[in-house]
Amino acid sequence: MFINNSGVDFTMIVDIQKLSVDYSGIKALDDISFGIAEGDFLGIIGPNGAGKSTLFHCMLGLRTQYDGTIKFFGQDIRDSRKYLSQVGFVPQKPVVDRNFPATIREVLSMSQNSSDSKKVDEALQKVWMHELADRRIGDLSVGQQQRVFIAKALVNSPKILVLDEPVTGIDQYNQDLFFQILGELNTKEKISIIWASHDLDAVERLASKVACLNKTLFFHGISKEFFSDDEMLKKYSETSMQMHMHHH
Amino acid sequence: MTFEAVSYESIPHALISGIAISLLCSVVGLFLVLRKFSLFGDALAHSAFGGVAFGLFIGIYPLWIACAVAILSALGLTKIRQKFDISGDAIVAILLSTGLGAGVILVSLTEDFEFHDIEEFLFGSAIVDTQNVVTILALAGIILTILFFTYKKILYSTFSEEQAKASGIPVEKMSYLLITMAGVTVVISMQLVGVLLISALFVLPNVSAMLYARSFKQTVILSMLFAVSATVSGIIMSYQFEIAQAGCIVLVAAAIFIGSLVAKGSGLVKTAGILAK
Repeated sequence: MFINNSGVDFTMIVDIQKLSVDYSGIKALDDISFGIAEGDFLGIIGPNGAGKSTLFHCMLGLRTQYDGTIKFFGQDIRDSRKYLSQVGFVPQKPVVDRNFPATIREVLSMSQNSSDSKKVDEALQKVWMHELADRRIGDLSVGQQQRVFIAKALVNSPKILVLDEPVTGIDQYNQDLFFQILGELNTKEKISIIWASHDLDAVERLASKVACLNKTLFFHGISKEFFSDDEMLKKYSETSMQMHMHHH
Repeated sequence: MTFEAVSYESIPHALISGIAISLLCSVVGLFLVLRKFSLFGDALAHSAFGGVAFGLFIGIYPLWIACAVAILSALGLTKIRQKFDISGDAIVAILLSTGLGAGVILVSLTEDFEFHDIEEFLFGSAIVDTQNVVTILALAGIILTILFFTYKKILYSTFSEEQAKASGIPVEKMSYLLITMAGVTVVISMQLVGVLLISALFVLPNVSAMLYARSFKQTVILSMLFAVSATVSGIIMSYQFEIAQAGCIVLVAAAIFIGSLVAKGSGLVKTAGILAK
């Protein structure tokens, strides 16, 4: 089930066609096609090993061996890496060396084109971290660090945020804050979001669209349609269970 | 005398080149320390020793050969490390032992070899040649300028390789650039402190600075300050007491580190750092 975007008047930010990835003969992604339009909040759900991180690595140019095409802003990412300046990436649980001698402000300034301290302050304000700007990054909790990484992703005013299971291992309070920030960025700042998550409740609450991934894409469409379709939910939980059994 | 002390005539040259070398070592060394590659300077120096021995063997001024050997072997091993996923400490060990092994063989093959020929490369020497000082200043100036324009990218690659790559930073190129700069730094520093003591200038000022500093900028400034203090006092001590210059520099750097540990441990310094609980 795919939403056909043709003829609809909105800009496509990401267009992925027939994406397949092979790890030494084992398919990690098989013939994935979908798009992300301006303003979309797309939740990618799927069990562990479903290929979510592989998909993101391909999209961000961290993995270059794949079949098919990935276009950002209408241009094939194999042709140019310039698109990355308009993409903000928030990785899975950050691994920050406690002794890394850099303040939050310095971490945000490391990105290209970000010597502008006003931009850094604005980005920190959006995630309510501006008061801690001069603290060392290693002194923060994991939840706070993850908010800093959203701010870091926002410094260059991206058109799209890519988040790879960003709240894994973060306490409930910081998760709620994180979700609130994401919601505001999408609705107020009009930033498109693609977000991989295990948390179906959070995806149902926040995402406008859902892509259900398990090496192949077995659903891509409106979030409400997915969550009101008992058959689809049953299929998802069966697949998750199979993958879980397979992993153990 | 086997280990050379600073003479009165050589003090100005030793001080000028020593300050340039210590500024360079502290900045380049900081990136290596942050990458958990503290002994990489040592490994580069040992492979450079192989180059020195090769230079002596074929009769060419050994420092330039040493520079080429150190950089090429480090770049080659970094490539191998990335391709075969070998750990950083193993690469350091391979570089260190292979360079020294090759050096020892070449030295043993060199006709009319005298220990004095390699002594200055092993333990450092007082720099007396004006042209040598000019070369050191020029190279230090070039590397510090490159670092000034690229440090954000190198720092980002050091902080998080994955995020830096996803921001479009050419992480591998930055890594090669850092290794090349470290190679040149090692070779010009070998003249001051020698192959065996080089990692002291790369590591001690930085680890001491990280005990006090609360930001990257503070770490760089403090590290430079500690490195220059150690070098200047080491050179003066060497002249005053007629003892080996390299040893003096390293021991002052170590004393600064121990003093910082004591200050930190006794609560005199309250800033966060590597001993913070």
